[in-house]
Amino acid sequence: MTAGVVTPVGGRANRARKPMRSGGVTGRYSKATANGIGIIVLLAMLFPIYWAVATSFKRGVDMTKVTPEWFPIPGTLLHYRDAWHKLFFLSSLRNSAIIVSLTVAIASIVAFFAAVAVARTSFRGRRAYIVLIILVQMIPQTALIIPLFVMLSRLHLQNQLIGVTFTYLAFILPFCIWTLRGFVSNIPKDLEDAAMIDGCSRIGAFMRVTFPLIAPGLVATSIFAFIQAWNEFTFAYVIIQDNKKETATVWLASFITQEQIDWGGLMAGATMLSIPIVILFLLVQRHVATGLTAGAVKG
Amino acid sequence: MVAAGTETLSLRSRRQPATRRRAPLRRRLLQTGGPYLLVLPSIVLIVAVLAYPIYKLFQLSFQTYKLPQLIHESHPALGKAPVSVGLANFRAVFKDSQFWAVLWRTVLFTAVNVGATMILGTLIAILLLRMSRIIRVSLSVVLVLVWATPQVVGITIWNWLFDQQFGVVNYTLTKLHVGHYIGHSWYTVSWQGFLVVTCVVVWGAIPFIAITMQAALTQVPDELIEAARVDGATGLQTFRRITFPILRPIIVILTSLSIIWDFQVFTQVYILRDNRPEPWYYLMSIYSFIESFKVHNFGLGAALSVITMLIMFIVSIFYIRQIVKIGEAK
Repeated sequence: MTAGVVTPVGGRANRARKPMRSGGVTGRYSKATANGIGIIVLLAMLFPIYWAVATSFKRGVDMTKVTPEWFPIPGTLLHYRDAWHKLFFLSSLRNSAIIVSLTVAIASIVAFFAAVAVARTSFRGRRAYIVLIILVQMIPQTALIIPLFVMLSRLHLQNQLIGVTFTYLAFILPFCIWTLRGFVSNIPKDLEDAAMIDGCSRIGAFMRVTFPLIAPGLVATSIFAFIQAWNEFTFAYVIIQDNKKETATVWLASFITQEQIDWGGLMAGATMLSIPIVILFLLVQRHVATGLTAGAVKG
Repeated sequence: MVAAGTETLSLRSRRQPATRRRAPLRRRLLQTGGPYLLVLPSIVLIVAVLAYPIYKLFQLSFQTYKLPQLIHESHPALGKAPVSVGLANFRAVFKDSQFWAVLWRTVLFTAVNVGATMILGTLIAILLLRMSRIIRVSLSVVLVLVWATPQVVGITIWNWLFDQQFGVVNYTLTKLHVGHYIGHSWYTVSWQGFLVVTCVVVWGAIPFIAITMQAALTQVPDELIEAARVDGATGLQTFRRITFPILRPIIVILTSLSIIWDFQVFTQVYILRDNRPEPWYYLMSIYSFIESFKVHNFGLGAALSVITMLIMFIVSIFYIRQIVKIGEAK
């Protein structure tokens, strides 16, 4: 499996450089090469997921054959029914949705302000602030589980969705700030200066010129926050004791903790939990992909 | 928190006259007060959640803190109060030969995983810009699928792929005549077990690196590349002199983040080894966790976490300096 991932990509590097030197026909040739290797990479990356989804549709008999069934035919929806009707599935989805939307909303606003400050202004303590942001990301999270739990119980935030939300924010924010800072500082300040010469105020110039260019970065950062919050397991597992308040990943883990792993149910649950993220991405993918910035700088 | 609130207030009240007397004062205020207002919410959130736990962690590392002390926390009549023992925990750690073995293993593991992730992620990012739209979009969707896969699920999927009895990897390797792998257990030999862990880590980390690098690559202005080409630069020269310098900040950030993440790998090994990792699967985080929650020597476990943190800091100090420099250049 690993070899399958490594070889095609490694081999690509040598071939792809050559066409860069010349354009024209070779350019088209390099595109074909890129497409070919791209498909191999795609299949290699996709296979584990395909295998999980295929398993989720397989009958129990087909799952445990020595010669694997490559396609789930004849399939079954039994695992999905089991997973769906499993206790606390729907409530765990709702809990995750609440935590995630709060985290994403707060993180993107707070991180945006901070990123603008770090990228666009100079203030005393800025260096200390940057160091703080980096240091926070170096903290081994497993080490903080017990002290964090003690603190949240003292504040009566343990076993509360809001307690989980705040914990996520603290760990997600530094990264969001960092990423956004990169996007903000990559946009030439000259663009703003030009707008100011044309009569915009500084804030006006920022909002009209720079902000639209940061939008893709903001979207990318929000997606990141969404995925992190949706997928987090350890803190949610420790902070929440009430089954009715558990998040989707904790619910999913109840499959794994069983004596005999219910592969079909686990894969069906996993597939269902990935669907919201996939839909979200498909909705915003255009904004991420268009590369607004490059176009604007050119024009 | 209280001090922070007051600061906000005073800044707001100072701001009002600025709207009356337009240009110079307002600009000055924007440059002095504005940044603090923008940065404040993030500082409040981070400090409120993390300050006490970190303080507590350091405190634990200087204490004898075992089961009696934990009981004492909730039932003061029972157990014993924690006693400060100075550097005793750290001395015990440094004398322990297992610690040095674990440390070396963690460093090696981090190097392999960060290297593989960065190289593969960057190559895929470059590839993404050169392929046809349909394949690019499909590959992007696949990358996000992988990225979106909850870590716990990713671990289980790979566990299933490498399953001793019904694993598709064992079947495929045998069919390809790599060797007789039917019924092969991947966890009896340490490096093979870590190969599975590396698959989980690298597979899960590639999408983030590739997508971020691709976003960064699209920000390299085309006309700079065109200009270089017109001036007769080769592809390699263009990359070295134009693309790489523009990308350097993001490469620095991604590499340092990857080091930080991979040095702390915990869940992958822990779950793959059924919550009972053998000593030859110990990484720093697992060693610390076992010392704390299985051996119930919380003081020693905390000392190990503190050492991990200090190592991360020393490793990253070079990056932090560079990052601060990058920040200042703007």
